[in-house]
Amino acid sequence: MTTATAVIAASQVDIANFSASYGSTTAIDDVSLTIPASSVTAFIGPSGCGKSTLLRSINRLHETLPDTSSTGSIRLGGTDVYGTGIDPVVVRQRIGMVFQRPNPFPAMSIQENVLSGVRLRHHRLSKATAEMLAEWALRSADLWGEVKDRLGKPGGGLSGGQQQRLCIARAIAVQPDVLLMDEPCSALDPVSTVAIEDLIAQLRREYTVVIVTHNMQQAQRVSDQAAFFNTAGAGLPGRLVEYAPTERLFSEPAEQATADYVAGRFG
Amino acid sequence: MAVASILKSRVEVDEWRNLVKARPRTLERRRRLANAAWLTAITGGFFLAVAPLVSVLWTVVSAGLNRMDAEFFTSSMRGVIGAGGGALHAIMGTVQITLASAAISVPVGILAAVYLVEYGRGAFARTLTLLVDVMTGIPSIVAGLFAFALFSLVFGPGMRAGIAGAIALSLLMTPVVIRSTEEMLRLVPVELREAAQALGAPKYRTITQVVLPTAASGISAGVMLGISRIVGETAPLLLVAGFTDSMNYNMFSGRMASLPVFIYSQWQNKGIDAAAYDDRAWSAALTLIGFVFVLNLASRMTSHLLTRKSR
Repeated sequence: MTTATAVIAASQVDIANFSASYGSTTAIDDVSLTIPASSVTAFIGPSGCGKSTLLRSINRLHETLPDTSSTGSIRLGGTDVYGTGIDPVVVRQRIGMVFQRPNPFPAMSIQENVLSGVRLRHHRLSKATAEMLAEWALRSADLWGEVKDRLGKPGGGLSGGQQQRLCIARAIAVQPDVLLMDEPCSALDPVSTVAIEDLIAQLRREYTVVIVTHNMQQAQRVSDQAAFFNTAGAGLPGRLVEYAPTERLFSEPAEQATADYVAGRFG
Repeated sequence: MAVASILKSRVEVDEWRNLVKARPRTLERRRRLANAAWLTAITGGFFLAVAPLVSVLWTVVSAGLNRMDAEFFTSSMRGVIGAGGGALHAIMGTVQITLASAAISVPVGILAAVYLVEYGRGAFARTLTLLVDVMTGIPSIVAGLFAFALFSLVFGPGMRAGIAGAIALSLLMTPVVIRSTEEMLRLVPVELREAAQALGAPKYRTITQVVLPTAASGISAGVMLGISRIVGETAPLLLVAGFTDSMNYNMFSGRMASLPVFIYSQWQNKGIDAAAYDDRAWSAALTLIGFVFVLNLASRMTSHLLTRKSR
């Protein structure tokens, strides 16, 4: 750092005055926050507060649904992903995503699933590279030991928790900068949930992780900072209420609504 | 007694017993009668529906077995008057015409369905869906007349060729393929499309690498269904492919025989030895049913194999 200009990490996400809507319903209104690189940020809040919509806006998946719109900017490493001339396909190549329900591709084997991101982008892999990459991604997702003898079998034969780790392996095999997770444990049993949480703790060293969760204990366990969203009622726009280091948000929230929510008084 | 532990007091138990006993005998009998009546109606309906099918199958098999010999499957009708001869020319014609119509209908049908499900929006797509529905019900003779008019305009009046028959049949098959493929594509979960897109896949790669392979077993079943729909069509082929007693492997020139038309002409133009013509017609009918049967079996097997792979 030779000048006073702040250096923006390549995987830092800056959201500024961002709003997104479905038709005439605004799901999330005027949100500004900065997600620091190589850390875990949790989005928490009651159902319908727009946290998932905001997450899906970061990799421009929100706009793939019919009749949706958005305003404001989301910068990845200083570049607006909504800027003119930016191809959403390229944005998604840098921002991976893990969904609520495990969704491995049913027509593909475990190894094909892991490599699907690379192959879907038209890159050809030699057999040796493919095997190395698959092993690396599966090891990173803590799944290698469980599946190394059945790489050719369909991914649908794994347990729910294993399938979700397979989806994480699939997402990191393309080496994104940011990993978005939309309630990744809500369809899993407690044991699988612990496995995923441990994995998140490892992933934060190399990726910027953003996780949406309904589980406040989980947010406390896995995240470095947390953003609390709330809505005045069903159908009304969600707003960012408070954004702070996780420990502080849960121990001494600045807003009454946050205090009520983290204490379990509503939501 | 289990009930006693659920119901709180002795009084409640007594009340419950009275309630059960109090149910009138007549009510009980009415329920049994209604049950018996409906059971009879349902079983009767089943047999009513199956009886003609069994009867047709029995007649075709028993009458068709007479000529299920080597000669029937190895020779044409060229120069045959009376007994002997075979339907090889008609079998080959049916195979060629069916394959050619499938070659036209399958790509067109699948592409059209992909458009409707993945790209089509608004009034245009809705109109297209409506037209496909209308086309599903188009009478086969109309398809035949369309092909006849088309070929007459391009090649002069009275043109007959196997390919004209294939085009007429593909007109009937395409909507079946579109409809069934459409249904199968809609069954592919949105989550899979989103997963592929979130991996940075362009839309067309998502479709070719994820959506189509996931729906493959259903699509293949739909294709087989479409083939079964056209393999027994007579009227359009009578119009545009015509009939001949000889082999014709050239789809693009000259009349071409097919099994349904062969059956019709054997029946219609009997010679002196009428029984020989009847026997050939029945055997050809049995062959045609065998065709459809094998196709159905093949469709079940392919979809079974493709589904097993995905589990």
